[in-house]
Amino acid sequence: MNSLIQWIDERFPLTKVWNEHLAQYYAPKNFNFWYFFGSLAMLVLVNQIVTGVWLTMNYKPDANLAFASVEYIMRDVNWGWLVRYLHSTGASAFFIVIYLHMFRGLIYGSYRKPRELLWIIGVIIYLAMMATAFFGYLLPWGQMSYWGAQVIVNLFAAIPVVGEDLSIWIRGDYVISDATLNRFFALHYLLPFILAALVFVHIVALHKVGSNNPDGIEIKKGPKGNKWSDTAPADGIPFHPYYSVKDIVGVAGFLIVFLAVVFFAPEMGGYFLEAPNFEPANPLKTPEHIAPVWYFTPFYAMLRAVPSFAGTQVWGVLVMGASIVILFFLPWLDKSPVKSIRYKGMISKVMIALFVVDFLVLGYLGMQPATPGRTLVAQIGTIYYFLFFLAMPIYSKIEKTKPVPERVTK
Amino acid sequence: MSSQGVDLKKRRMLITATAGVGAVGAGFALVPFISYWQPSARAKALGAPEEADISKLEVGALLRVKWRGKVCWIVHRSEETLKSLKEDTAHLLDPDSEVPQQPDYCKNWHRSIKPEYLVAVGICTHLGCSPTYRPDIAPADLGPDWKGGFFCPCHGSKFDMAGRVFKGVPAPTNLVIPPHKYLSDTRILIGEDAGGAA
Repeated sequence: MNSLIQWIDERFPLTKVWNEHLAQYYAPKNFNFWYFFGSLAMLVLVNQIVTGVWLTMNYKPDANLAFASVEYIMRDVNWGWLVRYLHSTGASAFFIVIYLHMFRGLIYGSYRKPRELLWIIGVIIYLAMMATAFFGYLLPWGQMSYWGAQVIVNLFAAIPVVGEDLSIWIRGDYVISDATLNRFFALHYLLPFILAALVFVHIVALHKVGSNNPDGIEIKKGPKGNKWSDTAPADGIPFHPYYSVKDIVGVAGFLIVFLAVVFFAPEMGGYFLEAPNFEPANPLKTPEHIAPVWYFTPFYAMLRAVPSFAGTQVWGVLVMGASIVILFFLPWLDKSPVKSIRYKGMISKVMIALFVVDFLVLGYLGMQPATPGRTLVAQIGTIYYFLFFLAMPIYSKIEKTKPVPERVTK
Repeated sequence: MSSQGVDLKKRRMLITATAGVGAVGAGFALVPFISYWQPSARAKALGAPEEADISKLEVGALLRVKWRGKVCWIVHRSEETLKSLKEDTAHLLDPDSEVPQQPDYCKNWHRSIKPEYLVAVGICTHLGCSPTYRPDIAPADLGPDWKGGFFCPCHGSKFDMAGRVFKGVPAPTNLVIPPHKYLSDTRILIGEDAGGAA
């Protein structure tokens, strides 16, 4: 065995990579349960790729056959229902895990120097995920697939001058059609591999700067020397086996919840699989109420909250775009002398708590039909969403922070 | 080969020129890949003008015709409806159809060629849902001032019986009137007018 590894090591840096990224990668010893979600996101990505590839073995990306081929998978293919439900539930699980992962970064200041680029790569991953989910949602060719895609592609048509031609170019037709379905299928198959590549880049960046932790203390700047190495940070422990084993506990807990949904509530009351999508796409009949899947609804609520003026409704599109773009600037908006919420002042804590409530309220509003009252709430919610970010340079600077300890706490 | 007498300036110029020509070539190579996404010849052919027979269209009825995969409505409007279009336009955003959402020959108070027939693309100008035809007067859900029109179930936009948008709704403009012409008194061609195919 040893001679085999030696043979490989002379030709490929196997042991070196293993040590640098696992056995001798020293992560802070004070990780809590928030640190499960990075590895869980990778687990869900693998689930999506494997079940997705399996689904394509029976799926037909053809406007006349797509809907029936999904039903065929559900009814006639051995374990087809399981593979499909793993995939459809996995899509929602992916966003839940990623939103929690992003929230972890938000509260512990994991986007702060030197991790700005790590955060930016993460936002790009999030964008790629949203694109993948959007392309994938058209594939079952149900009513919500069709009309959801119609609404989103028309967002591009709202861009002045080039919008109309751009939306025709995206669709490959004057309406959402077979041509659109075919290319969305191709892109839905392509993007997960780009996503996997981006995850690789994300981890390379993480291992360059080292993990942050709930105290927001740089362990690399602290004292050196631990049980395993004299030069490693004193507050670090090897990722393998300590965190690889901890993550397995996270995986077990996650799978209990995830599979409970897959087995007992795959539609999740219409939130994971929407009712109109059990009806084949009909270009001549719009469903009573169009709402995107839950993970897009906060942004959809912001889109709808902005009224059209000057003869165009591009403003809503711009606001929705800005709500994502602003995430890229987060590392430079936070001027606090401390990273973690543990040592930040009251204003930051209240602002983050309200931000969570705001995001959930916007998510709820995005699912509901618009009424004047709800639109007003969505407008307030949209203003707060931006206020949270744009006022951050002020409130993170002026508030009184607590002293940060020298070493990580328990 | 000695490094003496190497003209670094010339070398840099040649590298820049080579890279420049390469970039232009790469740009040209992108053309087929981008153009590949445009509607195919077949999709364009399917977007050809569509003929509709309106001889059996009763007063108040709506006929749906598919043109370029979009739903087009032909509505036979009553005298009362036409009267209501002229009166009370204060609640409309663009009562005189100033925004070019229609061919010039339909820029009039009834937004059509013949007053009694409305031809409109049945797609909401907000985000492309298909509004519902609501010819009923003053229904419970749309209020006592409703004189018939179109209501978009997606985001609540309202249009009158000439496809004119109400104020204070998400849709920014009136419904689109497609180019069309009468082939005879009972036959309409959608997608083509005196000026040729759209």
